[in-house]
Amino acid sequence: MSHARTEAPPQAPPPPQSIIGRTLPPFRTTPERSQLQFFAQVIGETDPVYSDVEAARAVGHPDLLVPPTFFFSLELRRPDSHVLIDELGFDRRQFLHGEERFRYHALAFAGEELELAAEYTDCYEKRGGALTFIVRRTTVRREGVLIAELSNVLAIRQLEIRS
Amino acid sequence: MTATATASVPRPQGPLAPGDALTPLALAPISRTTLALFAGASGDHNPIHIDLDVAHSAGLDDVFAHGMLSMAYLGRFLTANVAQPRIREWGVRFTAITPVHAEPVCTGSVREVVERDGERLAVLDIAVTLADGTVTLRGDAFVTAEPVPEAAAGASAAAASGASAARGGAA
Repeated sequence: MSHARTEAPPQAPPPPQSIIGRTLPPFRTTPERSQLQFFAQVIGETDPVYSDVEAARAVGHPDLLVPPTFFFSLELRRPDSHVLIDELGFDRRQFLHGEERFRYHALAFAGEELELAAEYTDCYEKRGGALTFIVRRTTVRREGVLIAELSNVLAIRQLEIRS
Repeated sequence: MTATATASVPRPQGPLAPGDALTPLALAPISRTTLALFAGASGDHNPIHIDLDVAHSAGLDDVFAHGMLSMAYLGRFLTANVAQPRIREWGVRFTAITPVHAEPVCTGSVREVVERDGERLAVLDIAVTLADGTVTLRGDAFVTAEPVPEAAAGASAAAASGASAARGGAA
């Protein structure tokens, strides 16, 4: 220890494009009634099929209806959802939501166990590298049957970060 | 509190046609309380939306609203106009940040009606706009042109054929 250096020399993070083709393993989660009710209340949703089990059943649903954007919230429950992006050396304060897209094949309801799997499918830069975009595609399955697909574009901007 | 016997909410009946405008949804100003609650309700715990210290550390003047809060409002707007089983696909680009106290308005209209996977789908242009004219979200949605039974179990092939049958009955 005769030299002042106490940390390992910083290793350059891999290029962002290296994330293309990497996958996040499937994980299972269940939308709970109470969480759907909370979500409906916060966004001001008053249609009772999203918050009142009896009302949902009255129109033929087995339970509370999972609203259109809640699949994104289910995906946020993944443990270490940003672990692969962290490897690229970005700070989460740089993140902006670029795009979000949903495609539905069936409705989902409170209490169902859903399985989500994701893959990073693209990465590109704009404005001479001032913005980096990372595309992630997610499938949602119930008992093996595809019920929804999500496409997410994360935008990463340059910021004057102060730790 | 919501224990009414209402089976659903009243929505426009009849098929969607090009040029039709959907009923807009105007939101109250977004409060810091709403951002804190939405973090918990949505699971998006990014502190940039709820912690002023974190916003400052990133060189920002203030926190700003979750993009998915505006998209959730847009989802409310869609399902207020067409029941959720009619929605096949939709997406947005987030084109501007939504500041605290902003007053979003969701709007949409029918661009065209197309045939896809044996269904007649209305293609909607949708947007969220703030009081100063800033467009914060812009996108599109594919919804069945005709109403389907509320519990049509989504867009499965079976539901699609059911929708065709309902359409034949309604025509």
